[in-house]
Amino acid sequence: MNVAAVADPTSYRLRLIVAGSTQRSRKAIETLRNVCNTRLDGQVDLEVIDIYQLPEMAREYQVIAAPTLLKLLPLPVRRIIGDLSNSEKLLIMLDLAPATPP
Amino acid sequence: MPADATTTLALPKSLTGISGFDDITLGGLPTGRPTLVCGSAGCGKTLFATTFLVNGAIHFDEPGVFISFEERAGDLAKNVASLGFDLDNLIAERKLAIDHVHVERAEIEENGEYDLEGLFIRIGFAVDQIGARRVVLDTIETLFSGFTDHGILRAELRRLFGWLKDRGLTTIITGERGEGQLTRQGLEEYVSDCVILLDNRVTEQITTRRLRVVKYRGSAHGTNEYPFLIDHDGITVLPVTSSGRDIRVSSDIVSTGVPDLDRMLRKGGFYRGSSILLSGVAGTGKTTFATHFAHATCSRGERCLYFALEESSGEIIRNAQSVGLDLRQHIDAGLLRFEAARPNLYGLEMHLARMHRDLDRFKPEVVVLDPLSAYRGPDNEVHATLLRMLDLLKARGITGVFTSLTRDEEKRDTSENGMASLMDAWIRLMDVDANGERTRTLYVIKSRGMSHSNQVREYRITDEGIVLNDAYIGPDGVLTGTARLTQEAREKAAALRRQESIERRRREIVRKRETIERQIAELQAAIKAEEDESAMLIAEDNAHEDVLLRDNAARAARRGAAE
Repeated sequence: MNVAAVADPTSYRLRLIVAGSTQRSRKAIETLRNVCNTRLDGQVDLEVIDIYQLPEMAREYQVIAAPTLLKLLPLPVRRIIGDLSNSEKLLIMLDLAPATPP
Repeated sequence: MPADATTTLALPKSLTGISGFDDITLGGLPTGRPTLVCGSAGCGKTLFATTFLVNGAIHFDEPGVFISFEERAGDLAKNVASLGFDLDNLIAERKLAIDHVHVERAEIEENGEYDLEGLFIRIGFAVDQIGARRVVLDTIETLFSGFTDHGILRAELRRLFGWLKDRGLTTIITGERGEGQLTRQGLEEYVSDCVILLDNRVTEQITTRRLRVVKYRGSAHGTNEYPFLIDHDGITVLPVTSSGRDIRVSSDIVSTGVPDLDRMLRKGGFYRGSSILLSGVAGTGKTTFATHFAHATCSRGERCLYFALEESSGEIIRNAQSVGLDLRQHIDAGLLRFEAARPNLYGLEMHLARMHRDLDRFKPEVVVLDPLSAYRGPDNEVHATLLRMLDLLKARGITGVFTSLTRDEEKRDTSENGMASLMDAWIRLMDVDANGERTRTLYVIKSRGMSHSNQVREYRITDEGIVLNDAYIGPDGVLTGTARLTQEAREKAAALRRQESIERRRREIVRKRETIERQIAELQAAIKAEEDESAMLIAEDNAHEDVLLRDNAARAARRGAAE
């Protein structure tokens, strides 16, 4: 795994869409923030959107489920739904998988 | 059950504006509740739902939200534009909102617990924006392909339908027909208020769309399968019997357009609103009679709808021209309309559905169906269709003129026989084959509610229309055509001969009288002569007597002197 290629945090654009401050939302936000801080140096373009506050965003981003994490960049676009409880799986999904131990 | 009756009355309903559907559901879909519309691909679910929304927005002041899981808003607008629905305009007027919910399985990855709050918010947002009263979810089952955890999905759908109900939104949820159940994902479990099934069946290469109300909680509804029609006018559902037998009866008389034929009927025509069958073999002029009727109708300023099933309107107009009927003027005046469709273009029920719609739109006083015998199918189906067709006309007080082709003069068509009892009047047109020529005759088999001529009459189709000849009934039955002419000539000759012999006799008498009179004169003359002669003799005798007397006196005088 080429870790250097994904180390550039500015190449990431993430949107986390949540519906209100439910336990699920908080858990997802926490997990994602954690990943961003540890793996992407906190420099990532991340926005957390509460569709209760901004309902038009649900349409804008084609949201069906909540929470939904949108990886707009790098391509391909991915949407990860759920409270991100499996952080290892999240890393794989974000192409941030740790280098497999030799 | 009184409890049931009250619920029926109390259950508020929302009109769909779909012709016929509101009749069979006695007022439309349950207001504020979800309705499941299911059916296989291409059976018109989306169109049904769209019509419901558009009519709500335009006619019932109920804005609507269309949540499309399959088509993009642009495609949707394009698809229904052909029906005259201007979705873009409705959106601009804030009477309609479309949200395309795009589910792309390849993009979606699941990680942990989630709910469908995003969908709820999108629907809620669209509803709030325009104050919608109606919602369509088309086709929500698409979600099942996007999410692997169907347990969550089902729970969320149940919650969604409950939520829509709580918000009092009249909702249509469409679902794809599944094996052994109404929908592939068993949505009928969640939507229990009203379920409508659309069906698209092909028999003998003819497609018939049918609709059935599977379930309608708290309301009476028609339980049959009703045929429906999708064309450039949208959806028309045909109620099998929407009116029952509640029929307006009229004692008005309408002319047949053939004056001679009118005279065969006691009242000078047929009752308005009656059904008239013209049956006959090929070439007896059934269509010509029908066009006469149409012409007479339009000439009275009434509307006539002409269903031409075998000829095109152009042909009928041209042919009518040849018998002196100008139908073109009536078309231009908007009084006459032709609906030409090959009978095999649709199933029987489609024809009926089309007719139903055309009747309601054109509102004719007279309908001509030419010919009835063009409808083919199993006898009972044909019969049932025609029965409904007649009901349709009767309920509206429309006079129906039907032509029917008889195939065999001897063996009456079964369909014709079945028809006949339903018809109020029946004129049979016949071909009489005799003396090497073919002549046309007609007679009135029946005309309910009035007496009619029992004669078989010969008719001719002339440049000035149909003319009936006086019937000639000779010793050998009814004579027609040349036979009638010969017989007439023969009669004339006989009459002439009779006339001549009378003349001759008269002359003879005159001669006899003259002879006798001459004889009388001669006898009189003879008597006269005799009388003259006897008078002369008498005079001579008298003179002789005088002489004798004088001589005697002289002799006496002389004797006296001598003594």
